[in-house]
Amino acid sequence: MGRYVLRRLLQFIPVLIGTLFLIHYLTTLGIQFTGNPVRALFGVRQPPDSVIAAVSAKYHLNDPCLQQPGNPCFGLFVDRLASYARGDFGSDFRDQSVLDLLSRRWPVTGRLTLIAIVFEAVFGILLGVLAGIKKDRFADQGVKVLTVLLISVPVFVLGVLVQLALGVYVGNWIGGKEWLPDWTGEVFSVTFQGDHPWLSLIIPGMVLGALSLASIARLTRTGLIENLSSDYVRTAQAKGLTRKRVIGVHALRNSLIPVATYIGADFGFLIGGAIITEGIFNIPGVGGLVYQSIIGGVVPVTVAVVTILVLIFLSFNLLVDILYAVLDPRIRYD
Amino acid sequence: MSTQTVPETGELGTADPLLAVDDLHVQFRSRDGLVHAVNGVSFTVNAGETLGVIGESGSGKSVTSQAIMGILPPTASVTGEIRYRGEDLLKLPEQRRRAIRAESVAIVFQDALSSLNPVFTVGFQIAELFRKHRGMSRSEAKQEAVRMLDLVRIPNAKERVRSFPHEFSGGMRQRVMIAMALALDPDVLIADEPTTALDVTIQAQVMDLLRDLQAERDMGLILITHDMGVVADVCDEIAVMYAGRVVERAPVRDIYATPAHPYTRALLRSIPRVDRKGSALDVIEGLPPNLARIPQGCSFHPRCPFVQERCRLDEPPLYQVGYGRDSACHYWEEVVDA
Amino acid sequence: MTERPMEAVAQEQREVQDGPGPEDAQPGRSLWGDAVHELIRNPLFIAPLLVVLAIVSMAIVPQLWTSVDPQACQLADSKQGPSPGHPFGFTVYGCDMYSQVVYGARPDIIIAVVCTVGTMAIGVALGTLAAYFGGWVDVLISRLTDIFFGLPFILAALILLSIVGSHSIWALSAMLILFGWTQMTRIMRGSVLETKNRDYIEAARALGAKSPRIIFRHVLPNAIAPAIVISTIALGTFVSAEASLTYLGVGLERPTISWGVLISGGQEWAVAGHPHLLIAPCAFLIVTVLSFILLGDALRDALDPKLR
Repeated sequence: MGRYVLRRLLQFIPVLIGTLFLIHYLTTLGIQFTGNPVRALFGVRQPPDSVIAAVSAKYHLNDPCLQQPGNPCFGLFVDRLASYARGDFGSDFRDQSVLDLLSRRWPVTGRLTLIAIVFEAVFGILLGVLAGIKKDRFADQGVKVLTVLLISVPVFVLGVLVQLALGVYVGNWIGGKEWLPDWTGEVFSVTFQGDHPWLSLIIPGMVLGALSLASIARLTRTGLIENLSSDYVRTAQAKGLTRKRVIGVHALRNSLIPVATYIGADFGFLIGGAIITEGIFNIPGVGGLVYQSIIGGVVPVTVAVVTILVLIFLSFNLLVDILYAVLDPRIRYD
Repeated sequence: MSTQTVPETGELGTADPLLAVDDLHVQFRSRDGLVHAVNGVSFTVNAGETLGVIGESGSGKSVTSQAIMGILPPTASVTGEIRYRGEDLLKLPEQRRRAIRAESVAIVFQDALSSLNPVFTVGFQIAELFRKHRGMSRSEAKQEAVRMLDLVRIPNAKERVRSFPHEFSGGMRQRVMIAMALALDPDVLIADEPTTALDVTIQAQVMDLLRDLQAERDMGLILITHDMGVVADVCDEIAVMYAGRVVERAPVRDIYATPAHPYTRALLRSIPRVDRKGSALDVIEGLPPNLARIPQGCSFHPRCPFVQERCRLDEPPLYQVGYGRDSACHYWEEVVDA
Repeated sequence: MTERPMEAVAQEQREVQDGPGPEDAQPGRSLWGDAVHELIRNPLFIAPLLVVLAIVSMAIVPQLWTSVDPQACQLADSKQGPSPGHPFGFTVYGCDMYSQVVYGARPDIIIAVVCTVGTMAIGVALGTLAAYFGGWVDVLISRLTDIFFGLPFILAALILLSIVGSHSIWALSAMLILFGWTQMTRIMRGSVLETKNRDYIEAARALGAKSPRIIFRHVLPNAIAPAIVISTIALGTFVSAEASLTYLGVGLERPTISWGVLISGGQEWAVAGHPHLLIAPCAFLIVTVLSFILLGDALRDALDPKLR
């Protein structure tokens, strides 16, 4: 097992550097192709000259390699890596460091993502098991319909519609009823409430996790059905074990393995979805930061935050890979 | 109907066989219609006896064994009787049947790699039986698991109890399956092709193990296989199955010496022999029938070298050929003389 | 609960043809032949197929579906609800919603088709090469896939498009292809890995067939099924992606007409009391994506030998 972890770590590092380089290359390409590095950073706004000069110096915008489309600019890349290693991820145009900006926001996004993951895992697996056990019967068809619908709706459409329905209609309806406790109002509020950091994130969390929930349910269902017709399930039955145990312990354990990998890969999608969800529900999280920096044209912040998000994503994947080995002993000797 | 050669008495007495299968029929609902997998199978097994069930794929032997265990899918409909110590298992409520599984009647499957759960240690899978059936604690059950692994001659049992199925060789894995089956000291063990997936030398070891364990515990053993070479040493009685029926039943020596059914005869003749090197292999012409459309009359008639007009019309009952011998062939006397 | 005994029995019967029995044996059919046969009879395949064809026809010949000019907008009509001749009402800018929705199909379908073809081409090529040749080819391609995979799609789009600033269909498509090929590659690699170890490949090799021939004639036709299923679903995913990216501000924008543009344009006003601004474009979007997914699902069920 130790060797497996080590090997995964060794694979992790070049991929990490490779992805960071990819981000770097994209940024430099983008700058090179617009021809004007300064313009690339500022978008359509035209800041005062002093700001331009300061930013140019800081981001090495005068480097000749930025004038040559296609040049990977390794020197700049190494510089950037060096500053990351120092903990310097750049700052916005008002000189607030990216790390500062993030420190205020990441707890919110963290909570949102956590709610989403718990929601999608718990309900996704439950629904998948239900559908798998009652294959082709009413419950199964119901789950199938529900999951296909959820998958077809892009996150932002779902968010917008949910906000419309729950936030405006239900929220107003609740507001009028005095016999309902206050916290229901918080749960269904349209936007983030600072003094109820968990409650008001429940609905957005559910929206964020909805699509993944559908995929997890489908994965679990397929896995369970496959495993239920396997030989070792037959053996478990022959051992006189209860049906509950045969399904819940023997079949389920094997079915959860692909689900674990899915959650790992899904994290990347969740990050993207968080940006959208935070935008819709006005949540002051990391996604909101990215969203605003795009609209505001603050490219250094966008790039820096994306880099950090990628770091987190890759680390999370590494953890999931290790979890996978814990769940499936066969691959420890890969 | 069956022709039992063991005399039946009215009460549960010493004359009751350990396991008696009586006119078993199993059908499956499938896309191609009703599949008649088992069509009137009867046999008995007593303590200390070994019954060999021979047949090709599709003969219904595995379905029979799973019917005895009660682990057929819901698409199966089972009729007949399966009496364990006089009690008809098919009439028992599921809870009672579950208790009987593994405690009284156990089964060993063919492919140990796919029949063992890959994500749990073998110790866990054996201990599970003790924990769930006998209510033992985890540590007690683990000790029992080690004891069982020792019993099936797995070296280093104490450490290997923590290993996963894929970490064992084929022969070792099969022993693990045997250990699991024997854990609760059942009276009847069904071994469904236990050595088919193994090398010849390992086969011999596993068969020896089975034989020793059976003798030690005075178990009834049902050995299912398609390999006639394996059964000669181990079995007392042989039942030959074809298209879901027992077509011949006899003590082992008699079957090899004077087969009384054309199918048995053809099977024996098709075994390649060293002393007939150079001559063409004997094969059985034709193919086994589609169990959704079994031929009228004798199910073997399309492939039978002794076939006559009557065979195409009348399904032969089990004729009594001798003491403890039956054959489902109208013309068994010719077969015996041939 | 276990299917094995019946399946083992029935499968043998199928492999071994009927003996000299009174009924005829079933004619042998290939995997694809069987699949098509089953699909035609499946309403969950025919219905979405019809929907997709309808949407595609909207993309190719919108004039067939509406005679109203989508660009004929009058601010005075802004945000008006449904009325005679304008079944879906008007958009924020006073354009006829129905015709905008119809014309909006085109960019989405173009993006869907272009991106799917692109990712499939790259994915099938890379995945097959990696799996078939193994060794350093595999390591190289797999690491490359991991690297691209490490950059979530939306994030990459955000970076690139916010810098480049282009809102054209082609920029968007190029970007989606650039970051969408990883999934297809992985699926194809897995499928080829599984296929190449099958016995008939060994047989072909033993008979002296060279690699390219083996790949094209034996490996690909059998390994391509999962890729086809994913591609069908991918068509829907790309439509979804365009809408999401447009909503984020880096996708398409006015005057290009697409469902994403309509939705992001109408969102604020819809919440403020004009729900019809959202309903039509959302419905079209959802129904289109849904249809692609149902098609893919039906294909998967038809092609998966284990579920037969």
